[in-house]
Amino acid sequence: MSDARNQARAVLEGPDIHRALTRIAHEILERTRGAESVVLLGIPTRGATLAHRIAGRIAQFEGIKVPVGAIDVTMYRDDLRLRPARPLGRTELPPDGVDGRTVVLVDDVLYSGRTVRAALDALNDVGRPRAVQLATLVDRGHRELPIRADYVGKNLPTSKSEKVKVFLEETDGRDAVVLIKEDDR
Amino acid sequence: MKRHLISTGDLTRDDALLILDTAEELARVSQRSIKKLPTLRGRTVVNLFFEDSTRTRISFEAAAKRLSADVINFSAKGSSVSKGESLKDTALTLEAMGADAVVIRHSASGAPHRLATWVRGSVVNAGDGTHEHPTQALLDAFSIRRRLGRLEGLKIAVVGDVLHSRVARSNVLLLHTLGAEVTLVAPPTLLPVTVETWPCQISYDLDAVLPKSDVVMMLRVQLERMNAAYFPSAREYSRRYGLDRDRFARLHDDAIVMHPGPMNRGMEISAEVADSPRSTIVEQVANGVTVRMAVLYLLLGGSEPAIGGAE
Repeated sequence: MSDARNQARAVLEGPDIHRALTRIAHEILERTRGAESVVLLGIPTRGATLAHRIAGRIAQFEGIKVPVGAIDVTMYRDDLRLRPARPLGRTELPPDGVDGRTVVLVDDVLYSGRTVRAALDALNDVGRPRAVQLATLVDRGHRELPIRADYVGKNLPTSKSEKVKVFLEETDGRDAVVLIKEDDR
Repeated sequence: MKRHLISTGDLTRDDALLILDTAEELARVSQRSIKKLPTLRGRTVVNLFFEDSTRTRISFEAAAKRLSADVINFSAKGSSVSKGESLKDTALTLEAMGADAVVIRHSASGAPHRLATWVRGSVVNAGDGTHEHPTQALLDAFSIRRRLGRLEGLKIAVVGDVLHSRVARSNVLLLHTLGAEVTLVAPPTLLPVTVETWPCQISYDLDAVLPKSDVVMMLRVQLERMNAAYFPSAREYSRRYGLDRDRFARLHDDAIVMHPGPMNRGMEISAEVADSPRSTIVEQVANGVTVRMAVLYLLLGGSEPAIGGAE
């Protein structure tokens, strides 16, 4: 990603991300009657980071400790054979599992919906949640499957030639959502 | 293109670590109630065993099935091989059946290497003669890392019948790549002539090596391969190179004991040592399935293999 040839524009900065996550945390509390029997499961790596941040906010607002975990979807992807086998992310389920609970899947960018489909399959193999919801920091459109998010940090209209990259303090040293236009396409 | 796993010498440090890290994540799958993953759905893995091996074959079979691959078991007994079919013709038959991977165990060193030139799929060496057994070395490295948290800088003693052991060679090459210091301990008659070219130390004195070792890997004395007198008697071998209670007591407190199985209890290892909590022998079996899943996933899971040696 050379910034000279590609135009990179930050569409969300640190404070925007902070506010978006705060709002998502409030919405989850509202729509699940105080996060009752909610489990937050992030999709590695950045979705998992976001899930922990949302859980932190819920703890701060209501003093409830919502179980947080991560669910890796690599082995369930439908595009595995289009690229060389890739390294696996970490699956970490809360000790009480997901059976009978409301699972909120958390991802950084919602695009084709294929990752979420893979996550639903993966979830199927670890238990039977009562309901599954989806939270995403950025929804950039261009869905290829009938999937929509329940909680959206920001709707970001994009063209397919653009790339959306999420940077988070924990993994990348700063908070930002960057839209990259590739000139040569 | 990298597509086979024939020798651990073909693995770079990054390849080896990718396999171990992948296995680490897959180990979590074996703990849940549904142990199956859909990843290799529609792929065919053939287990081609020209030599008896229950544990390795079952381990590969379990690994392939947990990844949803179709598994065909082919053992030499009762097959067309006993009617005199050559390895090449068998390979061409498998090729015609559309095998995506062939896991081969053969009594001749180099058979997997030859096979790799005849089939389009990936070849995984499950033990060839006295040459190599790469997945055993990988599961040993994985077991060590799980117990001791690292491999870099560890002192590892590999003790016993190195001459007939494919496990020893694979382990020396792999552990060296991963930064461990390996010392082979054996009577001179049970060391291969080329051993000085291996990246390891050599000692004839087990008692001198034990106190400095973090890991002691006992090799099975392969009586079935021994046509000559390599040592005076089983009892003498056991006295000088067997891991018994007294020797075990001389290990430092965190050191672990390994054995690739099947064991000759009372010969190279005493029952008391084999059953101690510092022995990893049982977990090595469980880790075997996990590591083989990682290998199959990395070879077959994507558009092209992510590890292994080119042919």
